[in-house]
Amino acid sequence: MKLVNRVVVRLQSSSITQLIDYAIAKLSNSFMRYLPKSPQDREQMLREIGAGSIDELFSHIPDEYRLNRDLKVTRQLAESEIVDYFQQRAAECAAGYANFLGAGAYNHYRPVVVDSLISRGEFFTAYTPYQAEIAQGTLQAIFEFQSMICELTGMEVANASMYDGSTAVPEAVMMAMRITGRSGAVVARSLHPEYREVLGTYSKYQGIPVATVPFLANGRIDLNTLDQATSDQTACVVIQSPNFFGTIEDVAAVADLVHKKGALLIVSIAEAISLGIVKPPAEADIVAMETQSFGVPLGFGGPYAGVIATREKFVRQIPGRLVGQTVDQQGHRGFVLTLATREQHIKREKATSNICTNQALVATMATIFMTIYGREGFKELAEHNLAKAHYAAQQFEKKAKVLFEGAPRFNEFVVQTSEDPHVINNRLLAKNIMGGFPLHKFYPELGNATVWCCTEMITREQIDAAAQAVAQ
Amino acid sequence: MSDKKIKKVRPHPSQNEGLIFEKSSPGKKAYKLPPLDVPQVDAAKLLGSAERQDMGNMPEVSEFEIIRHFTRLSTWNYAIDLGMYPLGSCTMKYNARVNEAVARIAGLANAHPYQPEKMSQGALRILKLLSDYLLEITGMEAITLQPAAGAHGEMTGILLIRAYLESKGNPRKKILIPDSAHGTNPATAAICGYTVENLKSNSAGMVDVSALAAQMNEDVAGIMLTNPNTLGIFEEEIHKIADILHEKGGLLYMDGANMNALVGKTRPGDFGVDVMHLNLHKTFSTPHGGGGPGSGPVACKKHLEPFLPIPVVVTKPDGSLGFNYDRPKAIGRVRMFYGNFGMHVRALAYIMANGYDGLRLTTEDAVLNANYIRKKLEDVYEVPYKTPSMHEVILSHHRQARQGVKTGDIAKRLIDYGFHPYTTAFPLIVADHGAMMIEPTESESKEEMDLFIEAMRAIAEEAQTEPETILKAPHTTRVSRLDEVTAARKPILRWKPEKV
Amino acid sequence: MGYPNELKYTREHEWVKADGKTATVGITNYAQEQLGDIVFVELPKVGAEVSKGKSFGTVESVKSVSEIFAPVSGKVAAINEALANAPEKINNDAHGSWMIRIEVKDPAELNGLLSAADYEKFIAEEQGK
Repeated sequence: MKLVNRVVVRLQSSSITQLIDYAIAKLSNSFMRYLPKSPQDREQMLREIGAGSIDELFSHIPDEYRLNRDLKVTRQLAESEIVDYFQQRAAECAAGYANFLGAGAYNHYRPVVVDSLISRGEFFTAYTPYQAEIAQGTLQAIFEFQSMICELTGMEVANASMYDGSTAVPEAVMMAMRITGRSGAVVARSLHPEYREVLGTYSKYQGIPVATVPFLANGRIDLNTLDQATSDQTACVVIQSPNFFGTIEDVAAVADLVHKKGALLIVSIAEAISLGIVKPPAEADIVAMETQSFGVPLGFGGPYAGVIATREKFVRQIPGRLVGQTVDQQGHRGFVLTLATREQHIKREKATSNICTNQALVATMATIFMTIYGREGFKELAEHNLAKAHYAAQQFEKKAKVLFEGAPRFNEFVVQTSEDPHVINNRLLAKNIMGGFPLHKFYPELGNATVWCCTEMITREQIDAAAQAVAQ
Repeated sequence: MSDKKIKKVRPHPSQNEGLIFEKSSPGKKAYKLPPLDVPQVDAAKLLGSAERQDMGNMPEVSEFEIIRHFTRLSTWNYAIDLGMYPLGSCTMKYNARVNEAVARIAGLANAHPYQPEKMSQGALRILKLLSDYLLEITGMEAITLQPAAGAHGEMTGILLIRAYLESKGNPRKKILIPDSAHGTNPATAAICGYTVENLKSNSAGMVDVSALAAQMNEDVAGIMLTNPNTLGIFEEEIHKIADILHEKGGLLYMDGANMNALVGKTRPGDFGVDVMHLNLHKTFSTPHGGGGPGSGPVACKKHLEPFLPIPVVVTKPDGSLGFNYDRPKAIGRVRMFYGNFGMHVRALAYIMANGYDGLRLTTEDAVLNANYIRKKLEDVYEVPYKTPSMHEVILSHHRQARQGVKTGDIAKRLIDYGFHPYTTAFPLIVADHGAMMIEPTESESKEEMDLFIEAMRAIAEEAQTEPETILKAPHTTRVSRLDEVTAARKPILRWKPEKV
Repeated sequence: MGYPNELKYTREHEWVKADGKTATVGITNYAQEQLGDIVFVELPKVGAEVSKGKSFGTVESVKSVSEIFAPVSGKVAAINEALANAPEKINNDAHGSWMIRIEVKDPAELNGLLSAADYEKFIAEEQGK
């Protein structure tokens, strides 16, 4: 190709050039259906630029780095071949199973309206709304997201989302450090293990000491140990409620203790639907939440959207984007990204975080979901979850041990069996049931324990079948 | 105001729409749950004091109002599907629909991340194939798909450098960053516990290699480079830069934001890069979604492989795929689960739709387009750096500033012509905050670019004849320029009910 | 706009009103012009130590952040609370809007500051560049 182009340039005879161009176009099969240019367009543009060939435009890349072969990736596939490939991969994944897995990702029903709206090209192919005049759709949707998160969590202000619930935790911790001027964090061991691992990565490299506080027999955090672990060097305490075992913490009691030490309370929420029936953590200083339960597909772990919500007095320390309401020159209401000086593109190395995204499309899914259920629907949906999990716990209790009694739970609970959970789960798979998440990996002292989740998607038959198979 | 030159758009009424809370009325519902098939519970009894008493002011609306609400909102947005975004370094290319279709296939969309591995082989195979393709494209040796966005990838990459240097006995203190860099670079270095030292650019807009040689010492952990840099210029001496670093034990990090200029033509792994991140939402066409989600895989050479975040995808003895968590040197996790899998699916579909020839053609068209625009505008806008452009071109407002018209103003007037603005005032090394950074991407046809060029030329003329028109732009949008000062002084960040 | 003779100035565009043991500090009119509409001012806590030449706070406009540098070392005796709710006071009257009052540690440090005439010359040079 390269050689022929050089020959074409030297010839300088237009008719021969044209013939060779044509031959090249026919022979090279060089087209790609996403590229909106014809070979003639390219030729004309090259002429106007004054370049003899496309290669000339790359000639300043030193020869030693130039790739002189095709990339060893697939040939161009037809759309039907692509769809086929992914359908085959999908068939190799579990589908049509009753899903009792929770543990940070929740199987809730996704109303069809969510996808039909966010599939509009104006939402999903839009850029970050830096040019507010032509992005009012995205900005208003995110403003509504921020507002609804405040209503649900009892906080005064919320950001336009973080990557997910797990990264929202270290971001909240760093925020607490900036506010208090202190440097340590104390976390509950009942905070999602992977959230703690993510916090561990951030804290290790920034030299933030992190202490872990155990849970009691009722699943709640051990307040005595928490008292000892929290000092005047502690910036914040992090608990999850409902926690990894499904247990709801006594947020008020924890807040009391934490505040007496001059530290901030961060409450992480992994199962957002709980806010339909569980009292929001209004005593918290910062809520770091995962919104995946709000109409976001499980999608093998992502993309999800986290959010940080807090009190108004801390607003200038919040990481991530914020949408604010304002007026235009004619006095019409409009929305803009605001308090941008906190962010990386202005403060650079002094920024509150390096984050440059908000999960806008996922947050928009969550907004639509929250709107669909609304005031009454949230409560009803949460009640269904509570009822299903309660019924399931009762069935499991007949032949196995349900741990962490003595404190309220939402839609998850822990079952301890004499048999190895992996053996039980294998048995269940044969009945088209995916059993709960075995806890041994993260909590070896709990032995053969598994955390089970019942959302509104689980049926009574499935619960009965699972309880029976577990008991065998 | 002479709008006769505006060819791409005509004003058209768009529907008004208030906040969803303003349409709320008690008793309206948009949902229906199936009947409860287990006994109802008494929440007060089960939860006690943990029971929620008040749902606050969550809205109550009907389904069709929701459809109208968000549909109307969507019509107020500009989007790639409507027209060109000349934003520099954003690579606003076509978000292919087949990507969306395959991401929604039930077995993939409904896969729980904690499903047993044997029930997740399809997902694992996707992760592996995408990883293999990205390694081939970048010329690197190991990769993680876990970071959720570009900045997240940057953090992961710098942590890899830190962990590697720590394993050698000394993490070192500083990271060198060119003054042309994107703001995430210094912010990331700070988050990873490094201080930032500026690296000066020479008059050609590239790294001043002799300055670098002087600055390099055993306190420098590494350098964060974007290549091509934010001026759209290829760092021709990048191998020398890599050598200077490597000689004193430092590492070269490459910000992969501008890969759209390199795919299929050259590979970072071949010119000395130790670790880099990719932006799937740029080069690999996953949608911007109004500001996210993105995905920022990090690829590295094998000396950094042991430090990759857990888990890594491995092939087990029986030939099936699985996750390996037993990696004692790993930096830990940067995110729960495995990354933004939905974006991995889309990026893989993109690579498949292109194939090796399509990927190369894409890069060629991207560079051709930028150079075409440069050629057609260089007589009316100043080109501050004479070095050849790759996939993006930097102009400056220098000539127009004499009439008091700046890059931000021209950008706003471009909106009246039917385009989204280019990137204004960045990179900072262009004098007087005057940069105009334009990246058309390969997705733009000659017709669309000619319209863009005409618009820019018309605005340059307006700067001479009627600068006021530009200074007060945009004139034809739903909202005019918004009061950002009050929004920052007295932030209103949520809806609140009117006080009765 | 004139630069009051009774004030002293720094090359970082702060003004200083020295009065024996106390130095009152703000930013100059030139500084507020460069910044544009000021949206937020971040000041240290009363009692904090400041060092000559080191940053003690920031002034923010919508799209930029600028550091403010202490012209002398000492302890912060008072901060102007009014700026928290009305940072625009600085735009309206830079020389009349004080930010912090410092208990001066070493009065000799005040000697290095610029007079009004010298400061005006300095910014004329800056603008000429």
